[in-house]
Amino acid sequence: MNTLINVRGLAKTFVLHHRDEARIPVLENVSLDVAAGECVALAGPSGAGKSTLLRCLYGNYLASAGSIRIRHEGRWVDLARATPRDILAVRRKSLGYVSQFLRVIPRVSTLDVVAEPLRELGTDAAAARERAAELLDRLHLPQRLWSLPPATFSGGEQQRVNIARGLIAEKPVLLLDEPTASLDVANAGRVAQLVDEARQRGAAVVGIFHDPAIRDRLATRLFAVEAQLLELAA
Amino acid sequence: MNPLLRVEGLSKRFGEHIGCADVGFDLYPGEVLAVVGESGSGKSTLLKLLSTRLAADAGHVRYQITGRGLVDLAELSEAERRWLLRTDWGFVEQNPRDGLRMNVSAGANVGERLMATGARHYGQIRATASDWLARVELDPARLDELPTGFSGGMQQRLQIARNLVTRPRLVFMDEPTAGLDVSVQARLLDLMRELVTDLGLAAVIVTHDLAVARLLGHRLLVMRRGRVVETGLTDQVLDDPQHPYTQLLVSSVLQV
Repeated sequence: MNTLINVRGLAKTFVLHHRDEARIPVLENVSLDVAAGECVALAGPSGAGKSTLLRCLYGNYLASAGSIRIRHEGRWVDLARATPRDILAVRRKSLGYVSQFLRVIPRVSTLDVVAEPLRELGTDAAAARERAAELLDRLHLPQRLWSLPPATFSGGEQQRVNIARGLIAEKPVLLLDEPTASLDVANAGRVAQLVDEARQRGAAVVGIFHDPAIRDRLATRLFAVEAQLLELAA
Repeated sequence: MNPLLRVEGLSKRFGEHIGCADVGFDLYPGEVLAVVGESGSGKSTLLKLLSTRLAADAGHVRYQITGRGLVDLAELSEAERRWLLRTDWGFVEQNPRDGLRMNVSAGANVGERLMATGARHYGQIRATASDWLARVELDPARLDELPTGFSGGMQQRLQIARNLVTRPRLVFMDEPTAGLDVSVQARLLDLMRELVTDLGLAAVIVTHDLAVARLLGHRLLVMRRGRVVETGLTDQVLDDPQHPYTQLLVSSVLQV
């Protein structure tokens, strides 16, 4: 089995220094392996820590304990200990994250927003834009929008831009936070098709999918985030 | 890869007041470090120390000079130091009037730095200056105008062209968007982001604006009372701040 994500004993506690040092334990002793070709859906009620886990896997939240190893260029990089420079290198090449909302860059056209992750890997501008256009086309984003910055787009349009940006570089590890939340059934289906293709070409996917139909279609396995805590208590 | 800049134990006092205390970090080629903190936190003092405008009481700033390795800047001769400042480094001032020569034309402002690197051919200097005006979205037809007639945003873009024309490896920026209208800031930020990426510049950007730090910085250094209280990946520090001061800073602004 070609494991690409290896998490051991991950804990995350938020300490709010200006709220009387309140401690909010969210994750405790989480261990998870995800192999190439798997799509693991994080399950559990709101507040169970699904998004927190996903953000830890991206290095966006700092782990309080444990290790988060991501396969990068044939070796393991532990995001819980890596330098910012190393984390950025892992993200550029090996680790993609699609958040629920697009962080909009002023003035940059949709086509360039989507092409950027490929450009960062050294692909020339024309080829990167061509690939971006293919993806936007498959996601049925109207062509008249491609040259505009996505700031004024609807939620569903922005989400598709975000998905295209997240998938274009074909990174081996993909983290998806509600990738179809603001989409109608037809567009959600198109996104699901692309995610499935990514998995079939060997990506290790971890996602949060609230829509049961999408989850059942994509997930090869469920990972109960809350169950981890219950097991620990028992 | 070797660091471009290595800073160790950098300290400076102004009488009883601490300017900078024990600041250290490595900066690699192509890396953008954003330094944040409120007024008086020591960010601008740090920038002056790094760029040798101010002498440190203690500590070292070492810079990678081609063929010589990491060289302690305190050991450079005055001529070598000036060469660095004029060619291999850029310094973008908060107020463009401090970074431009207001009594010579826009073209001369850009051409002057080019001449410091040995360019002598008038036509070529003029052509390059004109290219750079276009690159920072200024009308090349205004090449012969004095910057006094430019708006604040245009002056700031001219200052950026003046600094980047020599293809420096390292640029220091002191609150580059602070004096500008919000509507002009976005354009400048986006332009800076583009140039930094295209030219593979390393930069140290001092800002009190966390949105600027998020957009431009790979890494963040949070300063308070002259000390670094937190450092890390930009989005990690902003989304999951660990130090009480950083938590206060992040929670005090509307969403960035």
